[in-house]
Amino acid sequence: MESAFPVLLVLIKTLLVIVAVLTFVAYLTLLERKVLGWIQVRIGPNRVGPWGLLQPLADGAKLLLKEEITVSAANTVVYIIAPLIVVVCALLPFGVIPFAKGLGLENILGPVANKFDLNTGVVADINLGILYIFGISSLGVYGVILGGWASNSKYSLLGSIRAAAQMISYELGLSLSVIGVLMLAGSLSLVNIVEAQDSIWKWFVFRQPLGFILFLIAGSAEIARTPFDLMECENELVAGYQTEYSSMKFGLFYLGEYAHLLFLSSLMATLFFGGWQGPILPPIVWFLGKTFFFVFVFVWIRGTYPRLRYDRVMQFGWKTLVPVGLLNVMATAFVYTLWLKYLG
Amino acid sequence: METILFYVLAAVTLLSAVCVVFLRRPLHNVLFMILTMIGLATLFILLHAEFLAMVQIIVYAGAVMVLFLFVIMLLNLEEISLPKEPRPLRWGFGVILALALVVVLFPIFSHFAPSITGKSIPGAVGNVSNIELIGTELFTTYLLPFEVASILLLAAIIGTVIIGRKLKG
Repeated sequence: MESAFPVLLVLIKTLLVIVAVLTFVAYLTLLERKVLGWIQVRIGPNRVGPWGLLQPLADGAKLLLKEEITVSAANTVVYIIAPLIVVVCALLPFGVIPFAKGLGLENILGPVANKFDLNTGVVADINLGILYIFGISSLGVYGVILGGWASNSKYSLLGSIRAAAQMISYELGLSLSVIGVLMLAGSLSLVNIVEAQDSIWKWFVFRQPLGFILFLIAGSAEIARTPFDLMECENELVAGYQTEYSSMKFGLFYLGEYAHLLFLSSLMATLFFGGWQGPILPPIVWFLGKTFFFVFVFVWIRGTYPRLRYDRVMQFGWKTLVPVGLLNVMATAFVYTLWLKYLG
Repeated sequence: METILFYVLAAVTLLSAVCVVFLRRPLHNVLFMILTMIGLATLFILLHAEFLAMVQIIVYAGAVMVLFLFVIMLLNLEEISLPKEPRPLRWGFGVILALALVVVLFPIFSHFAPSITGKSIPGAVGNVSNIELIGTELFTTYLLPFEVASILLLAAIIGTVIIGRKLKG
């Protein structure tokens, strides 16, 4: 009993985070459609419930009730596994995001809370948080590649090859853009990175402006948001790797995509904007506010910019993003060392 | 608890490694190889070598195997064209190679055996995290091998650039 109790609490915490993420993801779709509607001077969904608030439920029900089609030429096992990989790899990284300072459990549980690390506002504070995130996201590519391959269709295969090439290329830029932050924070744990930004002037967006811009660009390419959504561009490839998927399997791809968007926004808030740090309001409010601001930014970008051409995207990734990222790492290291030596 | 975990993960790793060798569709082989890599990473975590585990996942499972998958998808390999019944000579050759590998690996295993039976790697205990330890070791004790390896990698990068470059005219 003594040892089962903390395990149970960790399970409850995990479940809570998953439920919260899935709810937010459902309402992200509504937010995206509403904001896009306003940008394009439309009203957006408003039929189901007041202001269309029940729209995500209706969408979910529709996806579940649609006929499940498995292409006869498909490689069935791989075809079914692919969307699962996408969803799992989109949900797993939320485990290391610190969403609040503490849960206030020490008043209820007493010393047990501190003994088993239950009080931290993060599911697992591992000291390699960032590496864990990159590891999982590098596995996420498989869902896309396998989904496109197993569908046994030209559009799917082309879409998945594009997707894989793009995701691998931009992952490099993404990891390079974060290294500056890691050097200044002196840790790979996201909890420590947030704690290093305890006043607004210490937010890494001010100390790593170039890193932030690179992260924003590489991030939106990594999750295939509009200027970079060549893997599913409808006028060339129907829907890319998702073409042959229907019903809830398509729903899972969709879910994975939006969970990824939510994750990237929260990561951006954590790395560059101080995570849950902020005055007066409770930490969780600051964290959610910052996260949803970035979700809004991504929707805004989608409503503003046209899609790029594929070869330009790859050229930009390798010939601009990676060298600038390397330069940023070197400049940060140089300045930081001098600072420590003469001013610190 | 940890022992049970170790046996389960080791079994998964070994089984998928066997599948890599004996399945006949290249795509399945690659998928099981990915599983083997992830299994190895989990074993590293059990040994408290978290940094190695993450690097294993990022480099091998995340990058190298994607390239394997790419090649197989683009070449559209459906079935290995090897004969179904391998010739005896090939068996003999395989057995000799495997024995040679055992001979090479045995001294290493017998030397490091204590770390396999559950003790964590020396020095990785206490407050120093894996990554700090590896960083310090690389830039002090193992500086020369580290630099040599990086020069080797640099040569490989330059090689790929030269091969991939379009010749004018």
